[in-house]
Amino acid sequence: MTRRAREALLGYALLVPSAIVFAWFFFYPLYRLFVMGLHQQNRTGTAERWVGWSHFGDVLGGEQFREGVRITGTYVLYTVPLGLVLGVLLAVAANRRLKGIKVFQMIFSSTIASSVAVASVIFVVLLNPQIGYFASVKMFSLSDPDTALRGVALSSVWQNLGLTFVIVLAGLQAVPDEVDEAATLDGYGPVRRFFRVTLPLISPTLMFLAVVLVIFALQAFAQADILTQGGPLGSTETLVWKIFNSQQPVDQGTGAVMAIGLFGITLVVSLAQFLILDRRVHYGN
Amino acid sequence: MSEVAFDGVTKRFGDVTAVDQLTLSIRDGEFMVLLGPSGCGKTTALRMVAGLETVTEGTLRIGDRVVNDVEAKDRDVAMVFQSYALYPHVTVAKNIESPLVARRFDTGDGSPRKLTSAERAERVTEAAAALGLTDLLGRKPAALSGGQRQRVALARAMVARPAAFLMDEPLSNLDAKLRAQTRIELVELHERLATTFVYVTHDQVEAMTMADRIAVLSDGRLQQVGPPQAVYDRPHNLFVARFIGSPPMNTVPGTVVRSEGATSVRLGGQSIEVEGLAAEPLADGTEVIIGVRPEDLVVDAAGQVEAEVRAVEWLGHERLVVCDLAGHQITIRQAAGDDPVATGDVLPLTADPAKVHLFDPDTTERLN
Repeated sequence: MTRRAREALLGYALLVPSAIVFAWFFFYPLYRLFVMGLHQQNRTGTAERWVGWSHFGDVLGGEQFREGVRITGTYVLYTVPLGLVLGVLLAVAANRRLKGIKVFQMIFSSTIASSVAVASVIFVVLLNPQIGYFASVKMFSLSDPDTALRGVALSSVWQNLGLTFVIVLAGLQAVPDEVDEAATLDGYGPVRRFFRVTLPLISPTLMFLAVVLVIFALQAFAQADILTQGGPLGSTETLVWKIFNSQQPVDQGTGAVMAIGLFGITLVVSLAQFLILDRRVHYGN
Repeated sequence: MSEVAFDGVTKRFGDVTAVDQLTLSIRDGEFMVLLGPSGCGKTTALRMVAGLETVTEGTLRIGDRVVNDVEAKDRDVAMVFQSYALYPHVTVAKNIESPLVARRFDTGDGSPRKLTSAERAERVTEAAAALGLTDLLGRKPAALSGGQRQRVALARAMVARPAAFLMDEPLSNLDAKLRAQTRIELVELHERLATTFVYVTHDQVEAMTMADRIAVLSDGRLQQVGPPQAVYDRPHNLFVARFIGSPPMNTVPGTVVRSEGATSVRLGGQSIEVEGLAAEPLADGTEVIIGVRPEDLVVDAAGQVEAEVRAVEWLGHERLVVCDLAGHQITIRQAAGDDPVATGDVLPLTADPAKVHLFDPDTTERLN
């Protein structure tokens, strides 16, 4: 065996353990999802009947899935831009050399330590129409089908803010002081410095966050389930909520097809983000 | 007028005094090097001129204007940073143009105004041509070599035609060969622009080769100002004596001996003559520190002191002979062609009395 072949063999051998784990926990479930999508199950899921590829067309073209996509898309629009802007604002505010700034940094990042469930419970109370602190803020009311999704989005923005803050702060701290000082000497005021120098330099960080936050939003489930149980009038039934609940009494196959649909959407959106943003993102040297 | 004058300038960061009562006048068009080890306050002094640090006490003038409270952008100075601080996300052309975009310039008609894009483009072309960057204008900094980035930083400093150039160790990121080349180019640039340069470095070679005058700083205090050769020849105190020169000046403690008709300094059991010492009011028995540069020590059969060779370092064109003199390590610099010496030899040494320096061991000030 040549040296080259031996090295290649060793390389593949070293990949085997992770390939096994990946196959077990990712490729096999994905394959099973396809198989489920091609069948119709009985109530207990113990027997299935072949229904074929037309099932995909029926479900992905159907009213339920389209409604789920619309709600989830709206949810992305509510959570991602607002979350990013708030995260950047907080990080810029906290990125100074001041006495006690660590306390603020800790407070701003504290939501990292809370789970979706905790955040949702907090917002159930905050938005409660009788006793809630925000009961009078009608634009986030959970009992109105027109505004309930915003209420759910608000809890999600709050919950992700800690993560966004920490990552943006790290990005800001990686911007060399000297570049900012050069801009000061060049006569740029604080606002111009931020938009012309700081923002381009942290754009890789922001791109990463945008991708992560979009994926979080596409996968939103627990917020909707805890805050509104998908209601009122199905106005907060996100895709994952529909996928989960479609399995509940009967139709695992429908849920499986929707899950594959969501997988496809996530894949396409992430790829598109990388392709579009990559060209506009400035990596330093 | 682009004189830069520190008058009793102090900068404190909390309890730390970075610059202590600095009084230094940098003349219009002068190439002034602020030299000192890291932490000596040289960069802080420069940053105060730039307006990136405030002045705690004292007054700082640029030209005839006190600039203590003038914003950085209104000081009419340009700075070249150690890391160059180029904007990585825009082209070389945009980098060079950047000081022209936001500021107002007096173009001769009295009232300052913003430059038109045509005027800016003209200045960018001019600065790029002066530094050989014309072909690189469309590139981004990441696609440039270290030397090219450094020239972009210089072009960006030049383009606004500032009253003073401030440079913070601009050569420290270049390799040795490029550094030597750039030293020459900076001196030429200084002559061509005829503008005040304030240049911060810890590298005495840069200071010696480029400066009109050197200001040596230590612990935030000015130690000595003067032309490079003068600072080298007559250091005002032990710090300057030991900091400037490579290898550094030999310094050995000794005692003044005054006897009838002769004054000398005794080191261990030996003594050495010092010019002008007789005229100094130094009593017999005064403790001093004697300093002689390695190249001023000469092996001579009639030598007054003897030192034992511990090591010989060959450097091609010269050699450094490390010796033990009365328990102290000294270095002698010799030409490669001098008589060979070997470890263990005992060398009789002499020095021109005019080139022997005496320092007070307590105040570290020069005595002769």
